[in-house]
Amino acid sequence: MDQRTAEWIYRTMYAIRVFELKVEELFAAGELPGFVHLYIGQEACAVGVCAHLKPEDYITSTHRGHGHCIAKGGKLDRMMAELYAKSTGYNKGKGGSMHLASTEDGILGANGINAAGMPLAVGAALSAKMQKNGRIAIAFFGDGASNQGTFHESINLAAAFQLPVVFVCENNQFAVGTRISETARIANIADRASAYGIPGKIADGMNALEVYEAAGRCIEKAREGEGPSILELKTWRFRAHFQGEPATYRSKKDEEAWLKKDPLNITLESLAVLNLLTQQKAKEIEGEIQEELAKAVEFARTSPAPQPEEALTDIFA
Amino acid sequence: MRKISYSEAIAEAQLQEMERDPKVFLMGLVQRDPYGSAFGQTKGISSKLGTDRVLDTPVSEQGYVGAGLGAAITGMRPVVELQFSDFITICMDQVVQQGANLRYMFGGQIKVPMVLRAPTGAYLSAAAHHSHSLESWFAYIPGIKVVLPSDAYDAKGLLISAIREDNFILYLEHKKLYDKKMEVPQESFTVPIGKAAVKREGRDLTIVAWSFMVSKALEAAEALSKEDVSAEIVDLRTVSPLDEETILKSVEKTGRLLILQEAYRHCSVATDVSALVAEKGFDLLDAPIRLITAKDVPMPFAPVLENYVLPQTEDVVREARRMLEDKG
Repeated sequence: MDQRTAEWIYRTMYAIRVFELKVEELFAAGELPGFVHLYIGQEACAVGVCAHLKPEDYITSTHRGHGHCIAKGGKLDRMMAELYAKSTGYNKGKGGSMHLASTEDGILGANGINAAGMPLAVGAALSAKMQKNGRIAIAFFGDGASNQGTFHESINLAAAFQLPVVFVCENNQFAVGTRISETARIANIADRASAYGIPGKIADGMNALEVYEAAGRCIEKAREGEGPSILELKTWRFRAHFQGEPATYRSKKDEEAWLKKDPLNITLESLAVLNLLTQQKAKEIEGEIQEELAKAVEFARTSPAPQPEEALTDIFA
Repeated sequence: MRKISYSEAIAEAQLQEMERDPKVFLMGLVQRDPYGSAFGQTKGISSKLGTDRVLDTPVSEQGYVGAGLGAAITGMRPVVELQFSDFITICMDQVVQQGANLRYMFGGQIKVPMVLRAPTGAYLSAAAHHSHSLESWFAYIPGIKVVLPSDAYDAKGLLISAIREDNFILYLEHKKLYDKKMEVPQESFTVPIGKAAVKREGRDLTIVAWSFMVSKALEAAEALSKEDVSAEIVDLRTVSPLDEETILKSVEKTGRLLILQEAYRHCSVATDVSALVAEKGFDLLDAPIRLITAKDVPMPFAPVLENYVLPQTEDVVREARRMLEDKG
């Protein structure tokens, strides 16, 4: 890993963290309509994977998509404006948090339906293969989604057609309030990969360098035309399923153990050990991001809401 | 002019569009030769163009319809086939929640240039799982257009239009029409989506129909003409968006409206057309609107039972006579 990548990794993880903390604050204050599902704690996953992606590569995301969007190049101001339901948001206020998209950045959307991004990513990979443009697709999904029929169909189809897509499972062990250990008989979702004839990898989703290394190998395979893989990242969401939900289904003991594994600290330490990021540089980055975030909130707050009649536009081309 | 069948017209439309535009590709079960799809709708295409753009998928409707959408929003123009329209129930999320929503919920960032084709309808003793007429469900959903050709000429023209349009379109082909031949131009041509057509001119009543019911309406009109009853037949061709103007213009001319629908009555295109004419054409009517639809049971297997459930030509003739006796 080079210094530029290391800095990008920390910058992007920090951006996700402070963006999400700010969303938490604004949502609690009643400034954001609808619902939010925060990505806090999972930053290393999105960032370690997306560090390998080119702007023209594709991702599909989930209902918990702010982290993926930022990691794939989504701008804080356009994202915040969308959460504020303003016309300057990426989706012109028509999508909101769960459907955030910036297709020109290859972000083929957050998605309100569990595992629904998976077939779309397969289609993007099929498209790339047919157009021979060298692009790849990443399908992000969770442990809950791994039990959907679309998981099975997407992976099988991608494997059979040898498509350039990587299936990244962020296993935070809970599907809303249900433990994966109670809804699947296997310990690792990546173990399902062999059923499709593809490789399955597991990595520590709290350490961006581990994610980076594992993702790199899966992505390289895809780029070289060797087809898909499943990459399972063991992680934890530091907040509830959605903001406002009392997450009583997780024990205090579990929580405390995981909260000690803050991916920002772990990643910072790992980068420091490798002399890739000094404390001073980290502080500098943090300052820049805080400023960017403040501007993003200001932009969102002062942007106009859509005109009511705009509800009738963008239905057909 | 040579005559070709409805299924040949569908194959020809796809072949010609694939020849014209390298972004157009086919995806579904048994699309490739020698099968060429369950009713021959893709016959000859892979033999002529190769298999790169004619993909035989696993039996994974959610997977391959979703993949079609993913390809459609990243530069390709897929024509995706469901082997029977009944199987759309397997991939409802892909059609309703993804396909119909993507452009709008992304604020117009992308277009969804995908055609989803499927054989529809009954009258073949295919029974409960292979006989549905589900166009009403998708006419209901914003973000998807629904097209149903009633003959080989419209089949070719509407499919070419659908493939060229940058929107998500459900194209339903009736199973009973596949082997019906008529004169169809060799060259490419389009039939406009969203426009109905008067398939037979008449004075005394308007019969609104679509898909296979147009054939029954035409038969009935022929029988009625011998009783000096002149029926005008409006073939909707597209049920969403509805061509309100053509419907109202015909009702204005005849004063009587009979809607002939193969599908069940409740919350259907037929009740939709009724509401339209009651709201916007009240003064044009000389008599109450009448609907002929299937009876509200799952589709039975035995021909005698299926025929009882479904609209028949005699039902149309009988109803038309009754309507003309009704002085309003």
